[in-house]
Amino acid sequence: MDIQQWTAFLVGASFLLYIVIAIRSRANSTGEFYVAGGHVPPLANGMATAADWMSAASFISMAGLISFSGFDGSVYLMGWTGGYVLLALLLAPYLRKFGKFTVPDFIGDRYYSQLARIVAVICAIFVSFTYVAGQMRGVGLVFSRFLEVDITTGVVIGMCIVFVYAVLGGMKGITYTQVAQYCVLIFAFMVPAIFISLHVADWAIPQIGFGMGTPGQGSTILARLNGLHEELGFSSYTRGSGNTINLIAITFALMAGTAGLPHVIIRFYTVPRVRDARTSAGWALLLIAILYTTAPAVAVFARTNLLDTVYKEGQFQPHSSMPDWFNTWEGTGLIKFTDHNNDGLIQYVGEGAVDAEGLLLQNELIIDRDIMVLANPEIAGLPNWVIGLVAAGGLAAALSTAAGLLLVVSTSFSHDLLRKWLKPDISEKEELLAARIAAGVAVCFAGYLGIHPPGFVGEVVAFAFGLAAASFFPAILLGIFMKRMNSEGAIAGMIVGLLFTASYIIYFKFMHPELDSADHWWWGISPTGIGSVGMCFNFMVAGIVRSFTADPPQEVLEMVEQIRLPEKG
Amino acid sequence: MVKKSSESAHSEYWKKNLKLIGKLLFIWAFVSFGLSLAFADALHGVLFPLPGTPLGFWFAQQGSIFTFVILIWVYAWRMNRLDDEYFSEGDE
Repeated sequence: MDIQQWTAFLVGASFLLYIVIAIRSRANSTGEFYVAGGHVPPLANGMATAADWMSAASFISMAGLISFSGFDGSVYLMGWTGGYVLLALLLAPYLRKFGKFTVPDFIGDRYYSQLARIVAVICAIFVSFTYVAGQMRGVGLVFSRFLEVDITTGVVIGMCIVFVYAVLGGMKGITYTQVAQYCVLIFAFMVPAIFISLHVADWAIPQIGFGMGTPGQGSTILARLNGLHEELGFSSYTRGSGNTINLIAITFALMAGTAGLPHVIIRFYTVPRVRDARTSAGWALLLIAILYTTAPAVAVFARTNLLDTVYKEGQFQPHSSMPDWFNTWEGTGLIKFTDHNNDGLIQYVGEGAVDAEGLLLQNELIIDRDIMVLANPEIAGLPNWVIGLVAAGGLAAALSTAAGLLLVVSTSFSHDLLRKWLKPDISEKEELLAARIAAGVAVCFAGYLGIHPPGFVGEVVAFAFGLAAASFFPAILLGIFMKRMNSEGAIAGMIVGLLFTASYIIYFKFMHPELDSADHWWWGISPTGIGSVGMCFNFMVAGIVRSFTADPPQEVLEMVEQIRLPEKG
Repeated sequence: MVKKSSESAHSEYWKKNLKLIGKLLFIWAFVSFGLSLAFADALHGVLFPLPGTPLGFWFAQQGSIFTFVILIWVYAWRMNRLDDEYFSEGDE
């Protein structure tokens, strides 16, 4: 079978599996629709959380991102895993004990305020839609590259699948499809990674392989890669760019943002007991770590393979000698070669690189980092079925995350807005119907965003994490660990954190992108890391406002006391 | 059913929890912000634990993640045991 047949077969088979699971796990009550009835075993929840969390960005883009940024890419690896430590130690067990359905539920009840609830709902919807747009783009990318259908058809197929299991099954359907999707995506990520590790390093475990020597050569892979980087004028692969404060700020913002993202938090409402929330966080991160520790190894192999292709034995290679994968991806526009000096050679160099006579060299090759994982099996010459598997894995990662996010949007409408605010006397049947309609509308809107992606998807990701870090994370944390934190303090903190973070990002990303460089940033902190500062402001303002306003009412104090204890109140 | 009922047992349980969280978060911060970022340059010459990985780089891209996994499991194990000590099983 050729690549396309294998891909069609594997993608089709995985989609069929998701639908069968969805039909078997339909939701019959709002409890099942919102939190799968609270009956999900810890390991299953860990798998579902891992699939929920690992998006098209983790599967498709992350290894490529690290491949092109070397050490500095570590902020994403640590930020997107270290957040689980905060989640497991500071949030998940207590939110499970609280035992309602959504994040705005907690904020609204704990701060006895409809305003706080509504601020939380708006943030939750905004953050989720921001994210969904990226997932649908991933679906479109995989379909158009591997199945040669156009992006619109690809997105519509993806929408139909999500529609079936999210609308029918709610959280219950999503949970068990995510379990299957985790298996598909981790298998699809690991198989090529192991092949490539064997190919490049002669080790089956990529986590070991990338730190060993190249077979037949004296130096280790990383030493050789650093050497190539130096020759070509790129900065060292294993060393940071030097702005440590900024790297710390970004890492911290991503960690707190991860812990504050509503689609991750609600997964911990689905387990039976408080202790299961702790254990399932352990499973989730263990299962995530398998991919997250493999990705940096894949990044090193991909980078080495790429440089070996365009720059062999100290010579730039002619464009005519490039392998098939190079030409295929050039056709999609994701690899761009411009022969500035018309010598037919591909000069791939960093800034300020010079040739033997000391003349400045101009870079002639631009590679979209998203293609590294998708092209890797071809670069390493792996069998066709592996390439098809990668396509199915990328789709599993994108669809599982999209479904989790759409559920947040749907519950925000039916539960937080309708039941808790606009129409408190709604019957359970009507609420369930409203949740299904909201999920359906959200799927269509997400599909629209996937077909007509706004040009700023990359920028808004900084937004999602920054806002979650500056609003949800401090509000929930204070709600649990600071008993006397009151409504006025929490709301003032959230508003200041949100406004500060949002204005900083809007200023540098949308109003004055030309100023978006270290010279103009405050304290040298980039918009991606500014959520850390916003979070500090949130804490400070909340503390100050609390100190001269009234204590929370007695029943809220008792509620906090109950949340802290694992036994039933 | 509470084994050691009363306010003081509850606050004792909470204090032990906070102490454990404090210790684990210290390790979390030291490994991620310290070894992996702030001290990474200083550790660049140390090739450990693999022959090709500078230690700071290894912590930033591998070691920190392993540490995070261990921290969560230690917390889950210690707290679940503490729950049994202070609250009888099966109550939730």
